[in-house]
Amino acid sequence: MRARLAVFLTVGALGLAACSNAIPDSGLGGANGVGNYKYDTVEYFNASIGDRVHFAVDQSTLSPEALSILDAQAAWLIKNTAFSVLIEGHADEQGTREYNLALGARRASAAKAYLASKGVSDNRMTTVSYGKERPIALCSAEKCWSQNRRAVTVVRAGGSS
Amino acid sequence: MRPLFFFLAAFAAIVLSVAPQPTLAQAARSGPLRIEITNGVIEPMPFAVPAFVADSAASQQMANDLARVVVSDLTGSGLFREVPRNAHISGISNFDAPVQFADWQAINVQALVTGALSEGIGGRLTVKFRLFDVFAQTSMGEGLQFSGQRKDWRRIAHKVADTIYSRLTGEQGYFDSRVVFVSETGAKGQRKRRLAIMDYDGANYHALTDDRAIVLAPRFSPDGRRVLYTSYETGTPQVFLLDVKTQRRRRLANTDGMSFAPRFSPDGKRVLLSLSKAGNTDLYVETLATRKRTRLTVAPSIETAGSFSPDGTQITFESDRSGAQQIYIMPASGGEARRISFGDGRYGTPVWSPRGDLIAFTKINKGRFHVGVMRVDGSEERLLTSSFLDEGPTWSPNGRVLMFFRETRGVSGAPSIYSVDISGRNLKKVPTPEFASDPSWSRERK
Repeated sequence: MRARLAVFLTVGALGLAACSNAIPDSGLGGANGVGNYKYDTVEYFNASIGDRVHFAVDQSTLSPEALSILDAQAAWLIKNTAFSVLIEGHADEQGTREYNLALGARRASAAKAYLASKGVSDNRMTTVSYGKERPIALCSAEKCWSQNRRAVTVVRAGGSS
Repeated sequence: MRPLFFFLAAFAAIVLSVAPQPTLAQAARSGPLRIEITNGVIEPMPFAVPAFVADSAASQQMANDLARVVVSDLTGSGLFREVPRNAHISGISNFDAPVQFADWQAINVQALVTGALSEGIGGRLTVKFRLFDVFAQTSMGEGLQFSGQRKDWRRIAHKVADTIYSRLTGEQGYFDSRVVFVSETGAKGQRKRRLAIMDYDGANYHALTDDRAIVLAPRFSPDGRRVLYTSYETGTPQVFLLDVKTQRRRRLANTDGMSFAPRFSPDGKRVLLSLSKAGNTDLYVETLATRKRTRLTVAPSIETAGSFSPDGTQITFESDRSGAQQIYIMPASGGEARRISFGDGRYGTPVWSPRGDLIAFTKINKGRFHVGVMRVDGSEERLLTSSFLDEGPTWSPNGRVLMFFRETRGVSGAPSIYSVDISGRNLKKVPTPEFASDPSWSRERK
């Protein structure tokens, strides 16, 4: 059983290697060097497209900037069907615990609904809220709070979640 | 289960006939020795607890420790001020001998507690005590006796303090109670959390879970034996039920989406919780025995952080259906909700007092957080605290004190648990070994 699995994986890897050569690079030449990621990688998604959108205080509506980032996310996901996403919703520390969990859920869901409306199929996306529990910026000022009010699209291997 | 304590209105109360002596102004008092604890500025009542009499030299340390806990409980309530041992003119060497009231009047002690401790077979402790009104020169109520296992000595002390508090305030005590909370370690943004439990005064701390997954907002069952809480151990926030003694836990019935903000009904049979599906959060109630779940609110707004009235007929909760976070009340079966918060700012985390008279809440206004109380019709709103982040009040068993957590601001900000009277007085930190948040105060233990 294990030997058969190994053979299958090797064949699969070769198959992928063959395919990826056919997809154009981002134009900056090869997979070496900082930021020069291949198009079909998580690194490319995070560095060149952007894995997150931000929100105003207490809001879950998507700004024009958020929409354009999500447009690019959707386009990439439609081309790269070997990946699924977990969308995390977050809030800043200026609210109470339960409300922020619910607000994070709204934000994640808003991003997911928009990606679905752009053609990303539903079974490739799940959501979770972290409320105010996982800040990335720690100062207690708007310049940190604005970074924490976010929905993060976490790309993972595996075509459906 | 065999009760932990039995108490006897034991021995016949000894009437102390002491000839009335010239006293200070207190002799003119007409009513019983009493301290009113609801209003405004008060002068703490001076009291004394001379060393308890131990039946053997080996028990003297225990007698001293026990008396110290009684003193800490009463002093910690903010209503009583100890006249310390080094000011005492005489002590109590014989529990049954008449009290020399003049010695206590001379140092302006109003309430005197005398006690005696004996240790029996198998580590069984027995504590007797009496409470005296020094200026009226009478005992207040009968002498009482509590018994229990040696390991529960602090609980015996708390029961003694409860009785004294009750006789002097006319209110039930709250000292024999516990708090379940989230113990946190590490830097902000990388915090590790676990559930923990302690006595209300910080003693007897121990962990209830490990810290491998984010855990939030634990809530005691009415009998203090179980805890509901939210955990990310399955990857998304879900409600779990934990047995305090065995520390075994189970997830509440499966849900798609997320579940959080659980609370027990006053009879312990139902759980109020919030479910979030497709980004929308509403209130549900689940019967534990049948695992049957009923939806209580249907609205595109956020409905969460619900809690029951003490008679179980109503629910208070927060919702942003008006455009901002506010507090509502509705029947426990669901139905029309009426808003009760109307001041400036946002309101959340409403919790109903066990006395039924007040609802405590968190308020956020102009960048400051407050813990406050209001009447159940929303009137007489009073803010008790103010800081960068105060959140999540929980009621003492007698509805006179609130605990909450306070988080400091900035990159090294961290949370601690505080308590405050409903009068706004006596704000102080509850000692915990690590950072602490999300306290839930049990009822009085039986």
